[in-house]
Amino acid sequence: MILLKLAWRNLVGAGLRTWLNVLVLAMAFILMIWGKSVVDGMAYQLYDAMTNIEFGKGGQLWHSEFDPLDPLTIEDAHAVYPQELAQHIATDDVATILVRQGTIYPEGRMQTIMIKGINPGQKVMDLPTDKIVAGSTGLTPALIGQKMADKTGLAQGDLLTVRWRDAGGTFDARDVEIVHVMNTVVQTVDKNQIWIPILDLQEMSDMAGQATMIALNEPFEGTPSSPAWVYRDLDFLLRDTKELITAKNAGGNIMYGILFAIALLAIFDTQVLSIFRRKKEMGTLMAMGLTRAKVIGLFTLEGSMNGLLAFGTGFILGSPLFYYMAVHGYTIPGGMDDFGMALGNTIYAKYGAGLMLGTTSLLFATVVLVSWLPTRKISKLTPTDALRGK
Amino acid sequence: MRYILPFLILGAMPAMLMAQPDAAEILRKIDKQMVTESAEATATMVITNRRGRETRITSRSWSKGETTSLVEYLSPAREKGVKMLRLDDVLWMYTPQADRVIQISGHMLRQSVSGSDLSYEDMVNNGKLLDVYDAAVVGEEVFMDRLCYVLRLRAKENVDDIAYAQRKIWVDKSRYLPLKEERYAKNGTTLLKIFEIREVMKIGDRWYPKEMYFKDVLANGQGTRYLVDDIKFNVDIPEYLFTKAALRE
Repeated sequence: MILLKLAWRNLVGAGLRTWLNVLVLAMAFILMIWGKSVVDGMAYQLYDAMTNIEFGKGGQLWHSEFDPLDPLTIEDAHAVYPQELAQHIATDDVATILVRQGTIYPEGRMQTIMIKGINPGQKVMDLPTDKIVAGSTGLTPALIGQKMADKTGLAQGDLLTVRWRDAGGTFDARDVEIVHVMNTVVQTVDKNQIWIPILDLQEMSDMAGQATMIALNEPFEGTPSSPAWVYRDLDFLLRDTKELITAKNAGGNIMYGILFAIALLAIFDTQVLSIFRRKKEMGTLMAMGLTRAKVIGLFTLEGSMNGLLAFGTGFILGSPLFYYMAVHGYTIPGGMDDFGMALGNTIYAKYGAGLMLGTTSLLFATVVLVSWLPTRKISKLTPTDALRGK
Repeated sequence: MRYILPFLILGAMPAMLMAQPDAAEILRKIDKQMVTESAEATATMVITNRRGRETRITSRSWSKGETTSLVEYLSPAREKGVKMLRLDDVLWMYTPQADRVIQISGHMLRQSVSGSDLSYEDMVNNGKLLDVYDAAVVGEEVFMDRLCYVLRLRAKENVDDIAYAQRKIWVDKSRYLPLKEERYAKNGTTLLKIFEIREVMKIGDRWYPKEMYFKDVLANGQGTRYLVDDIKFNVDIPEYLFTKAALRE
C-alpha cells in the first residue's frame, strides 16, 4: 500500500511530464478502440445483411454446376428440387431460386442481366418478394433493386422487354412490368438482375419444377439425396467476406502497432530518464530498508499507473466519440455498396466485451512490460553507490 | 365451251402444281449458295450507332464445315489481333492486350459483338437451314426489285440449341439468296432481328452476298452492315489454324 501511495505521489509530482505521457497513451487507446469498433461494426453489418438478405440463415443448396463467379456455369445449373425439401417448398419455408441469363433493352440499350425466379411467398430472404404479383396489365411482374433502377432508368410501373433462351437454346421474349423497386444494401441481389415469380421463369425456360439454388432457414442436415445438389453452409458462403475482414483487421493492426509504439516509447523514455536521474532517491529508499525488488516494483508501478490513468482519460475523452459512432455511425460519401460491399452508406461501430477487455488488457500488459524493462538495472545497484549518485 | 372449261382447268392443274415451289427444295438451294465447305474471306463490319456515328471493323476469316471457323480482327488498332475461334458449340476468344483465351458459350454467344447488331453466333454461323427448319411457302413478293418466294420457317421439333424458333424469309426466285429475313422469338410474335442482303456478287456459278445488313430490332441504333471485301471458296486451310494454340500466334 505504501508503494502505491509513493508511486502515486511521484507520478503526480512529475506534473506535465506525466500528463503528456497519459495524453499520448490515451489518444492511442481511443484510436485503437475506435478503429477496431468500426471494423467490428462493419463485419457485423456485412454478415447480418448477407445472411438475412442474400443467403438465408441456414445456408443454401446449390446445383453442383453452379458457380456464381463463373457465368458460363449458369446455363446448365438447374435441376429438379431435391425430394427431401418437398414439404418445405410447399409451405414456402425455403426460397427456391432459378437463375437464367437474359437481355433487356431499357431505352433501347442492350444490357445482359440475370433473370432470377423466386417463390414470392418465401420466408427466408429479407426481400420484398411478396410484391411480385401480377398487376392490372397481366404481364409477368418483376422486382428490381434501386441500383438497377438508377442504372437503367426504370421505375415502378414501367414495362420492359426481356429476351432469354429456353432450355433448348431458343430465343424467346416477353414484356414484364416493374411492380416494385426495392432498397437494399446487398448489391448481389440488386445489380444487373430482375426478380420474377419462379413459376413464370420455369414456364419461360421449359424448366418446370427446377431451380439453381435453394435458400434455407435451418442448416441442412446430412447430404442431399440427389448428386445434382450440394449444401453450402454459411461458413462457405461468407468465406470471402471473412477473409476481407481479416485483411482489414491485419491492415489496421499495423497502424495501431505504430501508433501504440510511439506512445510506449514515451513511457519507456520517461522510465529510463527516471532511473538515471533518481539514483540518490533509490539509494535512500534502499538505506531505509526497501529491498531491490520493492524499488523495482515502485518504479514499475509508477510506469504502469501511466497506463491506468490513460485508460481513464481515454474513456472520458473518447466516450462522446464512441457513443456517436454507435448511434449515428460513420457515413461514407458515395457509400460502400458502390464497391460491392453490403454496407449501405453508414457504418455503425460495435463495442463488444471482447474488444474492450481484450484491447485494454493487451495495452495494459504492454505498458507494464515497458515500465518494467528499464528497471532491471536497479537489481545491479549498490545502495552506497546509489546514495552518491553513481 | 362451258363443258370444256373444267377440262382445261383440270388439264392445267399438273402444270400449276409443278410451278408451286417445294419449300424444302428452296432451302436446299439457299444452303447450296450460302453454306460453304471451306472459305477464306476479308470483310468490313460497319456499326452505326443511334447518333449516326460509324465504327468500321475489318476482319479476316477462315471457315471449314458448319461448325469450325476463325475470325481475326485486322482494324481498328484497338481491336487488332482479336481472334474468335468456333469449335462446335464453343467459341474461344483471344484478346492480345490481355494475352488470354476465354471461352464464350451459352447465352454469351448471343451477345453483341463490339456493340454491333451481330452476335458472336452470327459472326461464325455457317449452318444449313434445311437441317433445323421446316419451311412453307406463304407467298411471293417483290423485294429490292427482285421477285421473291416468301417462306415461313419453323424450328424442327427434335432440333436443340437453335437461336430463332421462327423466321420469315424472302428468297430471290432466280438466285436463291435470302434477300431478307425476319427472325422471331419462340412466341412467334416478337421480332428480334432483321437481316438483309443488299448487294450480291457472283463467284464462279455461286451467288453470294456482298453487303449484308443486320438490325437488332429491340435495340436502338441504325443497324450493322457487313461488307464482304473478298472471299475464296473451297480453299485449303491448315488444320492447326483451328486450334486454341494457334490463337496466340
